[in-house]
Amino acid sequence: MILQKDSPAPEFNLYSTPDQRLKLGDFKGQRVILAFYPADWSPICSDELNLFNETLKLFTAKNAVLLGISVDSKWSHLAFAQSRKFHFPLLSDFEPKGEVSRQYGVYNDVDGESKRAIFLIDEHGIIQWSYLSPDGINPGAEGILAALDDMDKAKK
Amino acid sequence: MAILKVPVNAQDHTLGSLHAPRVLVGYCDYQCPDCGDSYPLIKELIAKHEHSLLFVFRNFPKQEKHPMALPAALAAEAAARQSKFWEMHDIIYENQDELSIENLLVFATEIGLNIQQFAADWKSQELLTKIEKDFDGGLRSGVSETPTFFVNGHQFDEFDGSYESLSYAISM
Repeated sequence: MILQKDSPAPEFNLYSTPDQRLKLGDFKGQRVILAFYPADWSPICSDELNLFNETLKLFTAKNAVLLGISVDSKWSHLAFAQSRKFHFPLLSDFEPKGEVSRQYGVYNDVDGESKRAIFLIDEHGIIQWSYLSPDGINPGAEGILAALDDMDKAKK
Repeated sequence: MAILKVPVNAQDHTLGSLHAPRVLVGYCDYQCPDCGDSYPLIKELIAKHEHSLLFVFRNFPKQEKHPMALPAALAAEAAARQSKFWEMHDIIYENQDELSIENLLVFATEIGLNIQQFAADWKSQELLTKIEKDFDGGLRSGVSETPTFFVNGHQFDEFDGSYESLSYAISM
């Protein structure tokens, strides 16, 4: 079962580049959009991440950072991010394989990949919105932007 | 099915009758090849149904994928300040394979714009904000690819690249 609103977001510590790791705790005080996807290079993942790449400015305006995450290796991520000119980190849930995906309830045991899912984590590390998308469909940015708006409204 | 979140308004660029029963909104990118392919089809559709169709153009430039999409969008918005939006829109799509900053200036001259004013407007923050607002509205309406069409406020997925499929926008 995918983790739901009001659950604490499980901590992680994963490679984002061949020599750098990122922890969820690094982003205290910021909102984090954690986008799990099945595989680097696959067509739908590329479309989805391309769209998010184009939307970064709107996310930043809402104090949110975007992190992509899949079970691909840090070297695959490096090549994929360079080839697509992504301006956000890709985390490698590679060893032990899929451990973080499992903790968030979005690991696909049959294919050995992460499911396509998005979590919006607030400034205090609490999940405020989560969404599991059918594998074959690009979820777009609509849901994330609406959830960010809702968080702003709840603050007021 | 996705709904158009930003209703057609006075800031939009429109072609056809404002009282038409059918309103076709297109989110487009000037450098996207599929948008280039759909451009003559949209033109043909408008020509055949000018009294029953209103076409609305909205910007959805994918800046990372298409580096000339934003400069082109700014050029068209700048031309709109001299009431020549559609002239610029058309010349850009008709020369889509040769988009460059230099050529956008050539287009501006060809369609008879006051170049001094065009050069100033082209860089204006106000026009950039307008384009970003289009993009934001598109995202909120669930747009992820271009072109994405809406007919009378509902996403129109029937378009497969053919004129026939686009014409369902009139007949459905």
